Amino acid sequence: MNRITGVIGALLRRRAAGIAVMLLIFSLVVGLIQPRFLTPDTLRIVMLAIPLIMVAAMGQMMVLVSRHVDLSMGSMLGFTAIVAGMVFRDFPDVPWWVGFIVAISTGAVLGLFNGLVVTIFKLPSIIVTLGTLSLFRGVLFLISDARQVDPQFIPSALIQMSQTSPVFGIPGIVLIAFGVAFLTYLFLDHTRLGRQIYAIGSNPAAAPLRGIRVVPVTLLVFTLSGALSGLAGIMYASRFGYVNPSITGVGFEFTVIAAVVIGGASINGGVGTVLGTVLGVILLGTVSVALPILAVSAFWQDAIFGAVIVIALLIDRSVRERGARSVVAGHRP
Amino acid sequence: MSGAEDATTRTPPAADAATPRPRWQVILVRPETVTFLFLIVATIGASWLSPFFADVRYILESFTFYFEFAIVALILTMVIISGEIDLSAASMMALSASLFGVAYQAGLGIPGAMAVSLLSGVLMGAFNGFLVINMKLPSIIVTIGTLTLFRGLAQVIAGDKSIGKFPAWFIGIDYRFVFDVPIPVIVFLIVSLILGIFLGTSAIGRQIYQIGTSPIAARHAGIRVNRIKYGLFIAMGLVSSIAGLLAASRLASVRYDLATGGELQMVLIVMLGGTYIFGGRGTILGTFLAAWLLVVIATGMTVANIPINAQLTVLGLLLIVSIIATNAIHVRTQR
Repeated sequence: MNRITGVIGALLRRRAAGIAVMLLIFSLVVGLIQPRFLTPDTLRIVMLAIPLIMVAAMGQMMVLVSRHVDLSMGSMLGFTAIVAGMVFRDFPDVPWWVGFIVAISTGAVLGLFNGLVVTIFKLPSIIVTLGTLSLFRGVLFLISDARQVDPQFIPSALIQMSQTSPVFGIPGIVLIAFGVAFLTYLFLDHTRLGRQIYAIGSNPAAAPLRGIRVVPVTLLVFTLSGALSGLAGIMYASRFGYVNPSITGVGFEFTVIAAVVIGGASINGGVGTVLGTVLGVILLGTVSVALPILAVSAFWQDAIFGAVIVIALLIDRSVRERGARSVVAGHRP
Repeated sequence: MSGAEDATTRTPPAADAATPRPRWQVILVRPETVTFLFLIVATIGASWLSPFFADVRYILESFTFYFEFAIVALILTMVIISGEIDLSAASMMALSASLFGVAYQAGLGIPGAMAVSLLSGVLMGAFNGFLVINMKLPSIIVTIGTLTLFRGLAQVIAGDKSIGKFPAWFIGIDYRFVFDVPIPVIVFLIVSLILGIFLGTSAIGRQIYQIGTSPIAARHAGIRVNRIKYGLFIAMGLVSSIAGLLAASRLASVRYDLATGGELQMVLIVMLGGTYIFGGRGTILGTFLAAWLLVVIATGMTVANIPINAQLTVLGLLLIVSIIATNAIHVRTQR
């Protein structure tokens, strides 16, 4: 008996289990109020709502683990989506997969730029990425001439990916999202480089003493964050079928940060798991799908996401009580 | 942190320590001087770009919205000097202004609605302060959370429609003049002067610097760190609601998306003014000059027909360049 309660206690202390329980309770409560919530249809809607957030959340989680933050994701998403969309518009003959290459590599370059500014000048990433958030958005207006890429230019094969696939008819972008999550898990938990990201975030001062080359690893983390934002960008084009310079990706970074923080990643670095982040994304997606079903005004969504960030931070206080310093103080030169 | 270690481990030879830097050099490497030089260069550059630029009245009238951000930036300067940050100010502007609009529509009258708005600003600032000080959470992520929360609540209470129909005497504060200067600019001048004297000469003002330089040492020196930080966060909320009211008067209506993205301009003004992002250094004078610099740059871009969206590029680039520059200056003078 003792042993069983011990196991349950240990399970509950794990972040992922906590979120899973919350997800279950939330779904059941919503289902009791509105039975049509507990149908396969809802599952499909939730699954279609989360892939962009999930892909970007993997990048943001790695950034947070390395004790940084990336506020420029929404602009990187918009930037890469518009570049890919313009390629489709101006070169109608290119196959759909070129869009993926264009978006991901463009995103990687943008992310690398963030990383270079942060590492070369030893600046806090929050201010740098606040700057690039508007810098990238401004440049995206310049290159796109503030013109939307209309639906007729997006290849139908790309749009198909948000509707179906040969694998049990699960939409392609859902498969991509979970595939990226699995690869991130392999990378973070089973490679030396992945473990080094945790080491840097846990103690930036000690990491170099243990032979970890902090600058290249940090550059890699920011580049991955950009590349994954780029992947989210091309998935946006697939999901929504158009790209608009002043709409696409605006405010996206806050949704992603909310999902990652719910998932248990700590702003103080060194803490964060793929499983927790995946569940955080699903919880956020479920909440946003449940609101209209419960006839709650859509206006509540941002307020709830904001409240959820604050509540998740309060829950995390115990994790944080390790004398860790804030991100800014951690990088004092 | 490494600076403190250097001081103890590598004591410089006495001869080096004896010669103080010449006074002109001390003044020249101050970040405010750099801001001032930039201001002159930008003014010359802008008048060269367009002959329409040199109209002072036009500048002051058309860029009153930068002064709203600049007034908030003055308090933000003190918050950053104390080693914290507040990214939620633009959302606090939106929520307090939305509350103002809703309260007015509910029949409270302008003075009552203004009281509601100012009170909400104080409460929002206190909420940030509670999370950062009592709950010991890092202010960066807390204010990212409340940035989303306050903006979301503004959307909940105001919906997606504009609230307007304010009485004529309330609207158009940017076209009310005292000696040819619009009132928001006057407010900015007065607040700058008061805060400059407060931060530069009062005991609490100097203690803010000590807190930012070393919070632990400050606590040991008997400084009431938590009380002062609470005061700063509450002042941040209050000044944001004042800026929200100025915006409501200028726009003659309020919407939940008022001042969206304004945190960029606020942080940009503070960084352009040479405040050190890691705390402990910075001046109101620097922020004051930087506000004018930003107004000159923005006006210059507008009279040169650069579209407002493309101006984002310049603002983002400026933020990065200014933080690199001030950081370099501070790290140099630290030795």
